[in-house]
Amino acid sequence: MEPMERIKIVLLACGSFNPITNMHLRMFELARDHLEDTGKYKVVQGLISPVGDAYKKKGLIEAHHRVQMARLATESSGWIRVNDWESQQSEWVETAKVVRHHHSELLTTLQNDDEVDTVKSFKRKRLEEPECMVQGSSGCSTRKDMPQLKLLCGADVLESFGVPNLWKPEDIAEIVSRYGIVCITRGDSDAEHFIQQSDVLWENRKNIFVTREWVTNDISATHVRRALRRGQSVRYLLPDPVLRYIQERGLYSAESEKKNAGVTLAPLQRYSTTS
Amino acid sequence: MAARIPLVLLACGSFNPITNQHMRLFELARDHMHLTGQYQVVGGIVSPVGDGYGKQGLVSAKHRVSMAKVALQTSDWVSVGDWESQQPDWTETVVTMRYHYGQIAKQYQRRIEALNNAPQESALCKPQLKLLCGADFLDTFHVPGLWRDEHVEEVVGRFGLVCVSRGRQQPDQAVHESDLLSRHRANIFMVREWVRNETSATEVRRALRRGLSVKYLLPDDVIEYIHAHGLYTHKTELKNKGIKLRPLTKQGLLD
Repeated sequence: MEPMERIKIVLLACGSFNPITNMHLRMFELARDHLEDTGKYKVVQGLISPVGDAYKKKGLIEAHHRVQMARLATESSGWIRVNDWESQQSEWVETAKVVRHHHSELLTTLQNDDEVDTVKSFKRKRLEEPECMVQGSSGCSTRKDMPQLKLLCGADVLESFGVPNLWKPEDIAEIVSRYGIVCITRGDSDAEHFIQQSDVLWENRKNIFVTREWVTNDISATHVRRALRRGQSVRYLLPDPVLRYIQERGLYSAESEKKNAGVTLAPLQRYSTTS
Repeated sequence: MAARIPLVLLACGSFNPITNQHMRLFELARDHMHLTGQYQVVGGIVSPVGDGYGKQGLVSAKHRVSMAKVALQTSDWVSVGDWESQQPDWTETVVTMRYHYGQIAKQYQRRIEALNNAPQESALCKPQLKLLCGADFLDTFHVPGLWRDEHVEEVVGRFGLVCVSRGRQQPDQAVHESDLLSRHRANIFMVREWVRNETSATEVRRALRRGLSVKYLLPDDVIEYIHAHGLYTHKTELKNKGIKLRPLTKQGLLD
């Protein structure tokens, strides 16, 4: 009999990645270490999903640049990849939708693999599989080999759940109950306290993994953009290929920082509009 | 417009191992010194301490020098100086500074002679060497037996410090509390790290011992080197345990 197999996990990080920094990349590494340390999980993939331009955040440069920089940054990684589906959408996409999309993609991939296997070893596979192989079925998480998709984020994202009109309550509920969150805390934030104070988070606390950063690493993209504007060095705060990309194209100037100034952030626009 | 003084920054330390944070020190210092309008940073030197230092967990100088070289191979202005690590006994910081300054001065002399110009006429100012350090370094001046007064005087007075601080560090306090440092206040350049980044080599070693990831905290090539040579294990951390730090015994200040 096989020893208890670890549950497979895919970590999905949504964000501006404006630009991607070593801190973003560290988040993945820390999350993976933390989950695998429990002995129960195996992290099989990391996904970076840069937000689309329609998010309208101030200083957000074009999605194709942000995607390309993330690709350059993850070239040396054996498990972290960039996915540009979200960035390609013409309208801003709620995080819950992005998670749902990637979950069904994972399922589809598995089912496609099954069809290939089926040709190779017909009867044996069929007997072992549970009966939820209907194409397009999105609720099937009972397959043993289906990885669990979890949202990877910093504590600031967790705490943003409390910002009025930024998140739909049902989206928060769906993300924590159906999928789960892996949250990397920075030194000065108290994620556990925040979870404790929210009923929906508290109910799903088993699905929320909080990892303390053992090294305070505050390389925020905001700081990086500021330094670039001022002609200061950001070397060693982000991967060299990303830095070269930025320098070659003169990205992140005083002008680029003014982009979307005065424009309402897409989620706030969407949720505060009275119907 | 007055010509800028050519400046070389020298960082002494364990570099056990070298991290992105170490290399950031150089970048921050260079930006800062350029902004004063008085200096042109022309070079940086990483000088790993010799094995004779006797610090706990210090892996062999050969490896520390190699890792630093690997980390800096893509840098066009910072290089590794292995003179200090090659000395038979631990070498005082001021002695290392004198050596490197000697080298810089020799180079300068050769250039002057080649140009056949008097220094006042040419744009070639006499270069300076300053010690690049973190704010915690200033506190070491207070540790009994660690520094000779005359050495502190020479390091700070004759050469000068470029001190990078981060987080809650208060280097101004350390300067204020020392008469010696206060006297040379003009020769101590304070640089603020605007990104709170507490990556330390100690933390990196801890993570490596525990099999945790250190990717993106130091260059990939250095991580590869560490794994290839089996460095930073529980065993290596015990090296020199119980042994007194060499400066405390060599200088005889505590006797």
